Amino acid sequence: MEELKPNIQFPQELLDEVQRTVNMFPEGKQKSALLRVLHLAQAHWGYLSSDVMDYVARLLHIQPIEVYEVATFYSMYDTTPVGKVKLEVCRTGPCMIEGAEKIISYIEKQLGIKEGETTPDGLFTLKAVECLGACGYAPMLQAGEQYHEHLTEEKVDELIAMYRQKPLANYMGLKHD
Amino acid sequence: MTRKLLLENDHIEGIRTYDVYRKNGGYRSVEKALKTMSPDEIVEEVKKSGLRGRGGAGFPTGMKWSFLAKPEGVPRHLLCNADESEPGTFKDRYLMERIPHLLIEGMIVSSFALGANQSYIYIRGEYMYVLQILEKAIQEAYANGWLGKNILGSGYDLDLSVAPGAGAYICGEETALIESLEGERGNPRMKPPFPAVKGLWQRPTVVNNVETIAAVVPIINDGGDEYAKIGVGRSTGTKLISASGNINKPGVYEIELGVSVEDFLYSDQYCGGIKNGKKLKACVPGGSSVPVLPHFLVCKTATGTDRLMTYESLAEGGFETGSMLGSGGFIVYDEDQCMVKNTWNFARFYHHESCGQCSPCREGTGWMKKVLHNLELGKGKVEDIDLLWDIQSKIEGNTICPLGDAAAWPVAAAIRHFREEFEWHVNEPVLSQTRNFGLVSEKSFITQTV
Repeated sequence: MEELKPNIQFPQELLDEVQRTVNMFPEGKQKSALLRVLHLAQAHWGYLSSDVMDYVARLLHIQPIEVYEVATFYSMYDTTPVGKVKLEVCRTGPCMIEGAEKIISYIEKQLGIKEGETTPDGLFTLKAVECLGACGYAPMLQAGEQYHEHLTEEKVDELIAMYRQKPLANYMGLKHD
Repeated sequence: MTRKLLLENDHIEGIRTYDVYRKNGGYRSVEKALKTMSPDEIVEEVKKSGLRGRGGAGFPTGMKWSFLAKPEGVPRHLLCNADESEPGTFKDRYLMERIPHLLIEGMIVSSFALGANQSYIYIRGEYMYVLQILEKAIQEAYANGWLGKNILGSGYDLDLSVAPGAGAYICGEETALIESLEGERGNPRMKPPFPAVKGLWQRPTVVNNVETIAAVVPIINDGGDEYAKIGVGRSTGTKLISASGNINKPGVYEIELGVSVEDFLYSDQYCGGIKNGKKLKACVPGGSSVPVLPHFLVCKTATGTDRLMTYESLAEGGFETGSMLGSGGFIVYDEDQCMVKNTWNFARFYHHESCGQCSPCREGTGWMKKVLHNLELGKGKVEDIDLLWDIQSKIEGNTICPLGDAAAWPVAAAIRHFREEFEWHVNEPVLSQTRNFGLVSEKSFITQTV
């Protein structure tokens, strides 16, 4: 992960994407672009440090506090570093009765970490999350923007091997490494 | 054979793309609406259809549309609620992922009916890959003249964009959705003023669920009267049901409202019965917020009549012996499932998702979670069950938005119908950790409610 500096800046491709997002809203309502721009920033820098949030505030001409309060409200945003691949296992009702807890403990065992932790190599973070809208295909997990459904221990092994080989999660159409 | 109105072309290869969608009759409703109908005529057709909000509340869509304020010179907006997050519900994702143009078509006709020139689809952030499917379809719609300026030479302009959430169940509540779309935390607003008067950027706004907007397409194509012929009483048309849990065939089904619950649960056309030959223990018919029904109240009402998949029949008996159609999130539990654990799981969900604005919800959901966890672990007391009842009764009706009710109802229903199982967890702290209680008896239920 590159070191974050106060003078951080999006590459041109992402600045264009920010502009496209701002253009979706009437003039003066550019704050409406905030959630998507934070997704872009997280995809690009890995997490939302206070430097990144300050930068987003400058981009959208809003106060830093307006960015902080949003970044800390929504569960998809990370304001502290996480692994390159976040394995987010759904644990709500329908997934629970189809064995979500077993899948979580199996991943814990295979990665040698507890739920909420990151592997020492910084590759994987394991998170238990609430309903992801895949109840009919339980148990399931999300990695990046990819849904993996009908999980079994064998499937989990394959996923871990696959992401070890190629941790490039495709997120918001952006490739990041 | 059941008529399908939304998923009729679901099986056609490539239906996600514009060309295939158009070849199969796509965008006809836009042609009809913009060339031959006035906005008021469209609202009238939707009223005639009897269509009710498919997100959970079941409010008549045509009536909601007619409440929209139309002050001179103030832009109006249509927002599509694609923040599908109610546990047990995954129908909107299915529809958007497979037939994105159906939603876009519905958005164009509905926006025209409401006089909105800038509309948005607010989609939950976890569905980011679906957002990309929608954006691609929107690009195709612009390229083919269905969006943008002067659509079909009618003089009507419409811009449509997709905005992502970022992980918050509460943003499915319409005023929280509006806050979120303004780039704020998803804290629901006090009503009034209602969004129809002051919504997005304080402008008149309508918020409708994905399935509701998609249903406008067949209503305009075939007429509101045709749509209303399907169904029973005030439950007209078809409904997408997300079926999950211990059943043979989980998935999304489009049903004609009025199918019997027994048919839906056991026939091979739908759920295909309980998995592994087990017995039915309980069913949550409309998403995690609605009251759970014990096995003997699922297919029959308390008076012994067949229960149907309609707004009215699922609610028959009120909360004493009925439930709600809600979002159509149909979760099935077999005899091996623990109702104490499931109730704890849902309480944890609502605690996690409470926005924190109102004390009864913020604090109450936390207490319910803790008390239920103790009961689940065999560390509870009988008084805890009464305490839970007391807490849920003090959340319900005492919060700005319905999340408080949504958190209270599942707890109340679980105690009402499964009290024996809760008491068994207290009286058998060791045994309850090694096996499940099984089915509750009908008798215990009857003596409790008298």
